[in-house]
Amino acid sequence: MSALEKVRPAAARPPALARAPRVTDEHGRRIRVWELVLRYLLLLAVLALTVGPFLWQLSTSLKGPTEDIFSSPPKFLPGDPTLHNYERVADTIPVWDYALNSLKVATANVVTNCVGSALAGYALARLRYRGRRVATLVFILAMLVPVEGIIIAQFTTMRELGLNNTLVGVVLPGCISALNVLLMRNAFLNLPYEIEEAAYVDGANVWQRFLRIALPSVKGTIAVVAIFAFMGAWDDFLWPLIVLSDPSRFTLTIGLNYLHGTFAGDERLVAAGTIIAVAPLIALFACLQRYFFRGVGEGAVKG
Amino acid sequence: MAMSTVSRVRRQLPVSPWLFAAPGLLITGAFILYPFVSTLVNAFTDRRTLVPGRFVGLANFRELLNDEMFWIGLRNSTLYVVGVVPALVVLPLLLALLVQKNIPGITFFRSAFYTPVVASIVVVGLIWVWLLDERGLVNSLLETVGVGRVGFLSDQWLLLLSAMTVMVWKGLGYYMIIYLAALANVPRELHEAAAVDGAGAVRRFLTVTVPAVRSTMVLVGALSSVAAFKVFSEVYLMAGPSGGPAGEDTTLVMLVQRTGTGLTGRVGYASAISVVVFVVTVALMLLVLRADRRDES
Repeated sequence: MSALEKVRPAAARPPALARAPRVTDEHGRRIRVWELVLRYLLLLAVLALTVGPFLWQLSTSLKGPTEDIFSSPPKFLPGDPTLHNYERVADTIPVWDYALNSLKVATANVVTNCVGSALAGYALARLRYRGRRVATLVFILAMLVPVEGIIIAQFTTMRELGLNNTLVGVVLPGCISALNVLLMRNAFLNLPYEIEEAAYVDGANVWQRFLRIALPSVKGTIAVVAIFAFMGAWDDFLWPLIVLSDPSRFTLTIGLNYLHGTFAGDERLVAAGTIIAVAPLIALFACLQRYFFRGVGEGAVKG
Repeated sequence: MAMSTVSRVRRQLPVSPWLFAAPGLLITGAFILYPFVSTLVNAFTDRRTLVPGRFVGLANFRELLNDEMFWIGLRNSTLYVVGVVPALVVLPLLLALLVQKNIPGITFFRSAFYTPVVASIVVVGLIWVWLLDERGLVNSLLETVGVGRVGFLSDQWLLLLSAMTVMVWKGLGYYMIIYLAALANVPRELHEAAAVDGAGAVRRFLTVTVPAVRSTMVLVGALSSVAAFKVFSEVYLMAGPSGGPAGEDTTLVMLVQRTGTGLTGRVGYASAISVVVFVVTVALMLLVLRADRRDES
């Protein structure tokens, strides 16, 4: 490679560009101006495509009852922004109750997933006992089962337990996901074993080793598990749709679907509802981005 | 802290590993593995929501063969894979190349492109229902430029295409992040060598980038084809619970949901459709992995 390194400067840049603003890539080399302009143009185009629809929804939700939302050419900004539609959503469906239900479900999902998968992951990674391989295999198999294929059986199981149409029933099937258990197992496996061995020699028992030594070292993975558990529960649609039938117990996503189904013609109302549902997650994402990105890398097997 | 020998021994008893794993095993067993086995068993019964079933052999599967709705569902789910997977393998890779270079403001763009992943599919579905509405933004724009209005949500095929677009739109950011991780591992010397040899950007993409991230492309292909075949929410929200005009946009998982739930739900028959979903999902995975191996040799 050293030969190539020497060849590279031969492809000298035109000296005129030396005066251009100094923008370099990750290897410290200057990027040509026209390429930079092209890149930013493309980035802005994709930005319009990915974020634009959210902004259009926000704009629609802020347009008053007298403002034309169907105009052609379209009007991107509300002429006289109002929160009127948000009040109307609350009058039409108990949207704050639904938000509270979603929050309860999501919080419970975070707690059970963090605690349950940390415990099980530690058992799979660190503890020696007969049947450990079988236990690991159980979680691997469970991870491969496509959830959409077993929802009917999950529903009948919930009925047998008398938990259909309850928030507990919404939480239970995913409350300790196999994927999270395996993520935690890998996190524990990556810790150096010597420290725990030393603690063992010093007489620390399993719980002490788990709580004081292993757990604090895998905080990052626990954060990833927590965030994806929250997002998964807050965004879930198919399972709550099947298990909840009583409108007073709806979560936000099911409530939105209900709102859309009943008041489909009222675009301002539906727009306000969707903004209420998506705003908390966008805020969470804005604050904790790096964990969201880390989760994609670690959980790429999730699909 | 004085610890008696007895308690020290008790703390090392082999029950505790199982205590650690018990909650996870219990939940997984009760709500994943048991329903899985029970789906396989129910597929051979005429069980209904309120009526315990009897063994009926292959009757459910024979009925499937003559069920027009089943073939529509299988067709749509398959079309979904054919339409969505190539887009989700290629577009996020191009997007990852676009956001790879650390130019000013790039972290903002990366995060912004990820926003659709964070939003619930219900939110995303409803946003697009409004965008593609007969009087919505897209049609307003089309009219402004003189194309005229298009019935994205009323025509059977355009509806399916719109739902595919939504799945691609929502998945772009997710796979972009996967590709970014893969691109970070492509040795820069390869690019430089190709550039010295006079290869242009397109050529370098095909001869350096693609081979280097091939295994990631296979992973993305496998993940997205399984997700696409199991499509439910996009079509349910955009075409309605009954699956568009005359149910022509129904997908297999929509059919499972429609057949198996409610007080009169045909659990046995819905389970038979679920078994088809399993089989095709596994087949898709094997197909993608095999194609991968054939390419390599």
